[in-house]
Amino acid sequence: MRRPGHRGRTLKRYGLVALFMSPWIIGFTVFVAYPMLSSLYFSFTHYDLLSSPIWIGLQNYVFMFTKDPFFWQSVRNTLWIIVLGVPLRIIFAIFTASLLCRPRKGIKTYRTIYFLPTLAPAVAAALAFLYLFNPSFGPINTILTHVGVKDPPLWFYSPQWSKPAILILGLWGVGDAMIIFLAGLLDVPRQLYEAADIEGANSVQRWRHVTLPMLSPVIFFTLVIGVINGFQFFTEAYVTSTTISQNPTGLGDPQGSLMFYSVRLYASGFQDFAMGYASALAWMLFIVTMICTVVIIKTSRRWVYYAGGGFR
Amino acid sequence: MATPAPIDVRPLSPDARRKRFLQAIGDHALLLAVAAMFLLPVVFIVLTSLMSDRQSLTPGIWPKPFVPQNYVQVFQDIPLLRLTWNTLQYAGLAALGTVLSAIPVAYALSRMRWRGRQVVFLVVLATLMLPFQVTVVPLYIVFVRLHWVGTLKPLIVPNFFGDAFSIFLLRQFFLSIPEEMSDAARVDGASEWQIMTRVVVPLAKPAIAAVALFSFLYAWNDFFGPLLYLIDKANLWTLGLGLSEFQNLHHVNWSLMMAASVLFMAPVIVLFFLAQRVFIEGVTLTGTKG
Repeated sequence: MRRPGHRGRTLKRYGLVALFMSPWIIGFTVFVAYPMLSSLYFSFTHYDLLSSPIWIGLQNYVFMFTKDPFFWQSVRNTLWIIVLGVPLRIIFAIFTASLLCRPRKGIKTYRTIYFLPTLAPAVAAALAFLYLFNPSFGPINTILTHVGVKDPPLWFYSPQWSKPAILILGLWGVGDAMIIFLAGLLDVPRQLYEAADIEGANSVQRWRHVTLPMLSPVIFFTLVIGVINGFQFFTEAYVTSTTISQNPTGLGDPQGSLMFYSVRLYASGFQDFAMGYASALAWMLFIVTMICTVVIIKTSRRWVYYAGGGFR
Repeated sequence: MATPAPIDVRPLSPDARRKRFLQAIGDHALLLAVAAMFLLPVVFIVLTSLMSDRQSLTPGIWPKPFVPQNYVQVFQDIPLLRLTWNTLQYAGLAALGTVLSAIPVAYALSRMRWRGRQVVFLVVLATLMLPFQVTVVPLYIVFVRLHWVGTLKPLIVPNFFGDAFSIFLLRQFFLSIPEEMSDAARVDGASEWQIMTRVVVPLAKPAIAAVALFSFLYAWNDFFGPLLYLIDKANLWTLGLGLSEFQNLHHVNWSLMMAASVLFMAPVIVLFFLAQRVFIEGVTLTGTKG
């Protein structure tokens, strides 16, 4: 039974909520909703900023799939880095986290050391790795030749090795994922391990039946984030390929091996000023990211175990 | 391996003891090897920063001679102080704006009861998955029309309107504060605003510190934003943009560039050591609990 004055109070309460939420409401409208719709519109236009947008229908999308010389290359490169990079990163993160979760002397120092590279700004890390992996004077190849490797790779200067070099850069910065897995590992209840020991499980079985299932929510989280970020990979690719080619239009060098999707988008929109086309690329990215995320979420039911609930 | 050793009541045989000892050595060796892998790049960077220009172009690893003057010369060849000041402005104001705007929003999403609260929270989360490329083109155009391109404004201002990640972090933390504390204040006649500022915020200081730290760090490391909006205004370049551009345009020699990179990374690392616990707590707040 509504008491008199209730409606006034409810309105007042919602008004208060709106006030508290107002920064986000404004931000969402101005910086998310409006630009999203706007770029959807632009994706069907030809827009070079100098004149008004010209409606061209689906031409941008047709161009993307059939005529753009860089599109499919950028897709392949991006898929490469995601399919290889994300799982490797997760595995490496679990591995390093597992090293860190036994309490012992100096473990805090190790943890700091493992985590530190992730703090390095992407530009600094990229420039540093450019030097480290320089084929002629970089320490890595110096060491490799000392150890007896005859023809060390040209790393960033070679179309075959530039992506692996960037992958290594990504693995070096695994600290942020590692910390999350460390927290997950430390969260596994001792009783489960003790029960496994009582049943005579060896370490492989311990991993398979206790650790990994308990870690699966964290793996799921890292997987989704990793894929989303992978599609947006930009800074390291931009910095390394512009430095290699020594000019800003050499994006994606050597020979387009570092032409990632985000880089292609940047080039279309902010070097060629084909804003309409860049918007089309952006929406395609959005759609693909959404599809991948949904697929991962849907399949997660099979393999993610929530300690609170259960499988499936 | 992630297991505590099972409790053993019988004394260990010499064989078992030896096995345990070797295993301990093996573990430590592995820890050390991995640590070396992470540290080696940093070591090389520092060593290179102390090399002469000529030597940096040779395969040598150890600086001979030592050239610590690089750290002085780098300030002459690259306007590091100006770059740092620009970056500080951006990062500091961004952190401030993020904290100021995320707190009330997270409060509304966690400590006020209203219909649609869950749905709105899901929308906030959904924006986290939005690739920034989708919004970047129209936003750039808006900022062009506003004549904000070539200033720090497009980078700083959006932070004052709620950042989904920070809202998420704070909301999770606010949820863990017992309702009784708010209720007690309400009984005393406090308004929601007062409850937020006098009860919740003081209790949430670690989470707020984490949010401030993360947004500062994000802005400090941001490259794409400055690339987009500041590229034509060299005197506003941030550290990341500046270092990249100087490398391309002026072909700064490598030893100086490594010195500049060290200086670019150093404040962050110092900040980390000073605020270690805040960092780790913040990261774990996001990862496991849902």
